[in-house]
Amino acid sequence: MKTAVFVEKNPLTNRLRDVSMELSWKAHSLMEAHQGEVVGLFVGDRLPEDTERLFHYGMDRLVQFTDPKLDHLYSIAFKHVLKAMIESEEPDFVLFGATHTGRDVAPLVASAMKTGLTADCTQLYVDDFKESGKILYQVRPAFGGNILATIVTPDHRPIMSTVREGVMRLPEHVLDRKPNISTFTAEVRQEWIRSEFLATIAKASGVNFQAANTVVSGGAGVGSRDNFKLIFDLAHALGAEVGASRAAVDFGFVDKERQIGQTGSVVRPKLYIACGISGSVQHRAGMEESSKIIAINTDPDAPIFHIAHMGIVGDLKEVIPTMIKYLKEEAQ
Amino acid sequence: MKKIVVLAKQVPDTANVTGDAMKPDGTVNRAALPAIFNPEDLNALEMGLSIGRKLGFEVHVVTMGPPKAVEILKHALYMGADHVRLISDRRFAAADTLATSYVLSEAVKKLGEVQLVLAGRQAIDGDTAQVGPQVAEKIDFNQITYVTQLKEVAADHIVVERDGETRSETIRTGFPVLLTVTAAANTPRFPNAARMLRFFRAGLESDFSKEELETAEPAGWVIPVWTLDSMGLDPARCGLNGSPTKVHKIKSITLKGTDLQLFEGNKAGIQELVQNIVKDYVEVER
Ligand SMILES: Cc1cc2nc3c(=O)[nH]c(=O)nc-3n(C[C@H](O)[C@H](O)[C@H](O)COP(=O)(O)OP(=O)(O)OC[C@H]3O[C@@H](n4cnc5c(N)ncnc54)[C@H](O)[C@@H]3O)c2cc1C
Ligand SMILES: Nc1ncnc2c1ncn2[C@@H]1O[C@H](COP(=O)(O)O)[C@@H](O)[C@H]1O
Repeated sequence: MKTAVFVEKNPLTNRLRDVSMELSWKAHSLMEAHQGEVVGLFVGDRLPEDTERLFHYGMDRLVQFTDPKLDHLYSIAFKHVLKAMIESEEPDFVLFGATHTGRDVAPLVASAMKTGLTADCTQLYVDDFKESGKILYQVRPAFGGNILATIVTPDHRPIMSTVREGVMRLPEHVLDRKPNISTFTAEVRQEWIRSEFLATIAKASGVNFQAANTVVSGGAGVGSRDNFKLIFDLAHALGAEVGASRAAVDFGFVDKERQIGQTGSVVRPKLYIACGISGSVQHRAGMEESSKIIAINTDPDAPIFHIAHMGIVGDLKEVIPTMIKYLKEEAQ
Repeated sequence: MKKIVVLAKQVPDTANVTGDAMKPDGTVNRAALPAIFNPEDLNALEMGLSIGRKLGFEVHVVTMGPPKAVEILKHALYMGADHVRLISDRRFAAADTLATSYVLSEAVKKLGEVQLVLAGRQAIDGDTAQVGPQVAEKIDFNQITYVTQLKEVAADHIVVERDGETRSETIRTGFPVLLTVTAAANTPRFPNAARMLRFFRAGLESDFSKEELETAEPAGWVIPVWTLDSMGLDPARCGLNGSPTKVHKIKSITLKGTDLQLFEGNKAGIQELVQNIVKDYVEVER
């Protein structure tokens, strides 16, 4: 059995994206039980500078194709090279990060190979399926997050899925493995390069949920962009990162990069404080695995209280300033 | 005449799913949900109309769905689409993205002379964002996904901005190309009052009696329908038959429930909560 993982880097830093490690580790745990192999597939202008980390996260082998012409996402070229790699490796399963790159390329490859592709899986497991033998069971939220569907691709290979960054966990301890990298032979045809990248501008992102032990999030209940300062103040007092519900983002209280949930980031901090957030399924999809959840909400029946460990029924405009005051006192 | 095709889907309004929209067995009662024009498909249509006007290309809107989906086609006519078309057949039911993109790509080929295809980034019921790219692959168009802005339109090329996640990318492409358009790209125009008056009676042929058809046809009220047979499609690639992915099981999401420790909203309660937080989570420098 073999699982291929699409390896992606951040073009700004030339380092691996976390999702590549997460998928490598996931594939490793799936394959370990079936004496299977995890093969990485990389296409780009040059290898990420921290490529060896893939092997620490369970990858057995990396197949790479680099060409200076592929300095940006030329979708058609990526499709052709990846398809050729998959045809030569014949993996049973192929995993892509559900990033803007993965979601651009994976559907092209699946269409070209006439196989199934399941988007945004939150759980993956291998099991028998009737006479198809061992297949990948792919669990994903559907219908705006209101249901969980288990999708199977019984009769086609490879079985392809995308998984969002942050959904699969990284291990506490990494493996001590040496890189095992082979070079794939291909030729980039001019007709595959159909876009011209005139400019790229780095997005100024100061948000780092991964590094945060605590996340303080505000929702529609915060009421205004001005009031949202309260959320930043509380986060500051706690050394926390600031998150938001989609409603808060849609109202313009805060930037989109802070959105947490099904269509935002997935976070798993030690402490999550939800202020003025009702706790919709879509929001919960991004935070309910936090170790401890605190909710502050005026509505005692808000669904967020079903998943919270601690809470206050009250107006955040009064509760938060008082919290900050006591936090400062405790710090003295 | 050169054409722009906008792919639009009618979707259940999943943002407003209430308890009664879920059946006891955990499946969704679609009938209990209002059906709407997929939001980002309105952005795709808006972009299509503005490019069409600049370049003198015809704007066609195509949807694959049940007869009820004519509702969004009428809306497209109100907004200014030149031609709309329903692709409908019982054998298209339960299509996954591979089967859907097969049918839609054949529709684009059949229309002919298509320079530009526009899709929404994703549909809010499936959220897969796969149909656009899979159509592009089948018709061998260039593709740009996650388009956030249309920057320049010329007879032989366009310049758009793409959300590349860590950075934004300004990309120039010639035709033919398929774009998937995000909500950030524009504000869809409202239906035009004059066009609403002109097309409010538009519908499928079956909606009209024989006599009515005599006025409806020349007035442009009859929305054409293509079927599996009229398109000459391979039934093995359509609907459930043509879908490699199958739904194995479905369950509704229930709240798991925790032991909730509530604190009073007064000073004493808030202080107690803060002490709890500090004890476990804050490394206070003393
Ligand atoms: C396909 C899809 C994807 C989505 N993805 C996401 C996603 O990724 N992330 C996300 O968050 N949402 C997402 N949503 C939206 C989601 O369904 C909800 O609409 C959203 O999470 C609601 O945000 P909210 O809790 O801030 O607002 P509301 O539901 O309006 O809740 C506001 C809460 O604030 C409380 N409140 C009001 N005033 C105060 C006060 N003064 N003090 C304290 N509490 C107060 C209210 O009691 C209420 O509980 C998605 C929806 C769809 C359909
Ligand atoms: N049945 C359909 N008819 C027309 N267009 C569709 C259909 N399904 C998907 N699309 C287009 O493909 C986009 C992405 O859909 P999805 O892959 O389901 O998220 C949508 O925003 C539409 O533009």
